[in-house]
Amino acid sequence: MTATHTRTTDPAASSDRKTTYREAMREALREALRTDERVFLMGEDVGRYGGCFGVSLGLLEEFGPERIRDAPLSESAFVGAGIGAALAGMRPIVEIMTVNFSLLALDQILNNAATLLHMSGGQLPVPIVIRMTTGAGRQLAAQHSHSLEGWYAHIPGLRVLAPATLTDARYMLAPALADPDPVLIFEHGSLYNVSGDLPADTGPVDIDHAAVRRPGTDVSLITYGGSLPKALAAADDLANDGISAEVVDLRTLRPLDDTTIGDSVARTHRAVVIDEGWRTGSLAAEISARVTEQHFYDLDAPVGRVCSAEVPMPYARRLEEAALPQVDGIVAAARRAVGGPVPTGADAAERQAVTGRAG
Amino acid sequence: MLRVRRFEERCVELYSAARIRGFMHLYIGEEAVAVGVNEALTDADAVVSTYREHGHALARGVPAEAIMAEMFGKVTGCSRGRGGSMHLFDAGRRFYGGNAIVGGGIPLAAGLALADRMTGRNRVTCCFFGDGAFAEGEFHETANLAALWELPLLLVCENNLYAMGTALARHQAQTDLALRAAGYGMVSWAVDGMDVFAVEDAARRAAEGIRAGTGPHFLEMHTYRFRAHSMYDPDRYRDKAEIEHWKERDPVEGLARRLRDAKELSDKARTALEDRLSAEIDGAVEAAEQAPDEPVEDLLKYVTSPVGVSRP
Repeated sequence: MTATHTRTTDPAASSDRKTTYREAMREALREALRTDERVFLMGEDVGRYGGCFGVSLGLLEEFGPERIRDAPLSESAFVGAGIGAALAGMRPIVEIMTVNFSLLALDQILNNAATLLHMSGGQLPVPIVIRMTTGAGRQLAAQHSHSLEGWYAHIPGLRVLAPATLTDARYMLAPALADPDPVLIFEHGSLYNVSGDLPADTGPVDIDHAAVRRPGTDVSLITYGGSLPKALAAADDLANDGISAEVVDLRTLRPLDDTTIGDSVARTHRAVVIDEGWRTGSLAAEISARVTEQHFYDLDAPVGRVCSAEVPMPYARRLEEAALPQVDGIVAAARRAVGGPVPTGADAAERQAVTGRAG
Repeated sequence: MLRVRRFEERCVELYSAARIRGFMHLYIGEEAVAVGVNEALTDADAVVSTYREHGHALARGVPAEAIMAEMFGKVTGCSRGRGGSMHLFDAGRRFYGGNAIVGGGIPLAAGLALADRMTGRNRVTCCFFGDGAFAEGEFHETANLAALWELPLLLVCENNLYAMGTALARHQAQTDLALRAAGYGMVSWAVDGMDVFAVEDAARRAAEGIRAGTGPHFLEMHTYRFRAHSMYDPDRYRDKAEIEHWKERDPVEGLARRLRDAKELSDKARTALEDRLSAEIDGAVEAAEQAPDEPVEDLLKYVTSPVGVSRP
């Protein structure tokens, strides 16, 4: 599965400039809408409201209600309509407020979008992009906080993206739209307000390969999306103790880039996977299994995992924080992998996340 | 209609001989709906169907040979052996299957209609589904969305009185489905689905209305399947007398009778037609039997588009 695209040069992007993840996403949408008249954005509150998370603010005024299309609260109908429109030559970008709500459209995503090409013997590719938020950390409780992208990464026929950086937020949409098959983009809710410099002239983002965000030699921290900043912070902590952690950002959760993961493990000989999904049957489980299958003899320690506790995400801040992968837990898991001392408090937090036992 | 009937009768024989496997749902008794509706559509229009779609596919012009080969799981099948009886597709004829999730094709059809509406193409998308689908949220979500956005969508509900084995009155709070659809602000009619002329007339008026920009239309076709839900179904939930009663209104024989009475179909012409269809279906079966299997090495083909292909 390869996707290519050409990016129109934006004079405003000729030098580094300050932006946020939210604004970067909006700029990507604006570029897509300007570049291809077949592109339209459809979803709940994407128009007048400006997007539930403010991503599409101002686009209605710029592109009008036909192309910035407010949909009824009918996930199955409007996702299915996006699939039908894609079959008929449009390039829909469908926004679902959160991954929890996407379950109401799961039939359309799995039984139609992911399946039609194969089931029709190659006749019906479905060029749709479906965006949604995922993840916890904002005290939204169980029905707005789960990380189910791993479930979607289970499904053949889909490409699953998780932009974690400003650059990926800005430049992943174009190759996603150029992909002839359905692409799901998971935006971690805690990232929208992240601000920083958007590097100039990044060129098209490669959606076939993972990225090494920080090189290292002692342990590979393999992660994606909302956990990337935590893994990078953990790598800083570890560096203070003389442990050199390499941070691998998967970016694409399906298909997984076995090569980049494998090359990293071959360099560091130790791996810790950080995944905000539940540990049981998680993406972290899949990566751990692949590393073990393909790189067992490179490994100097068992593959570690830091995942969410096996509990529906609670509201109370203390409980939510305890349920989620945190920097301390990542540090502890990395130290365990390299055989170093593990601080008691961090150890407890990490163990809880690892075993799924609350208390 | 006779082609659909004879094709499926042959399918029964082949299924019994284990040449066709999987789930197979026969349309026998409902032929007037597919044929009458398709008469009102053009090649540029689109059709979305269910898992009981042999009749819809044949009426849409999908060759019997391609359908038969699909049921044999052969590479020459209209879905290259990936779909089988429940998943017939023909992109060139704008026949979008072949959906085996009850109600799952309805939002898809709305999307096809939405694309036409957004691009100013004056086309109709026709979606067939059964009375069972009327209980699914996807119907109601889509009816609301289609009426709200005035989509060029023709919703054809084949009310054959049973959702698998559950009678209409046992699965619908209000059994007047056209009345309920009208509640969404759609033009809705109930039609005698055993009379191909009544079906064609209703579908033509609906299609004209849709092309004139009056939004989605809903047709409730009163019809009946003479055979069980699927080949696995022992059909214990229906009274034999009820089936016999409906068979008296057989749409195929009813049409033949009318044409004979009007002296438009002589016994000789009928025999010639039967012979021609028999030869066509024989040819389809023979071609399907001789067609190569899809090589197992191609198992993973079409999961995603080939490398290097980008969107057109």
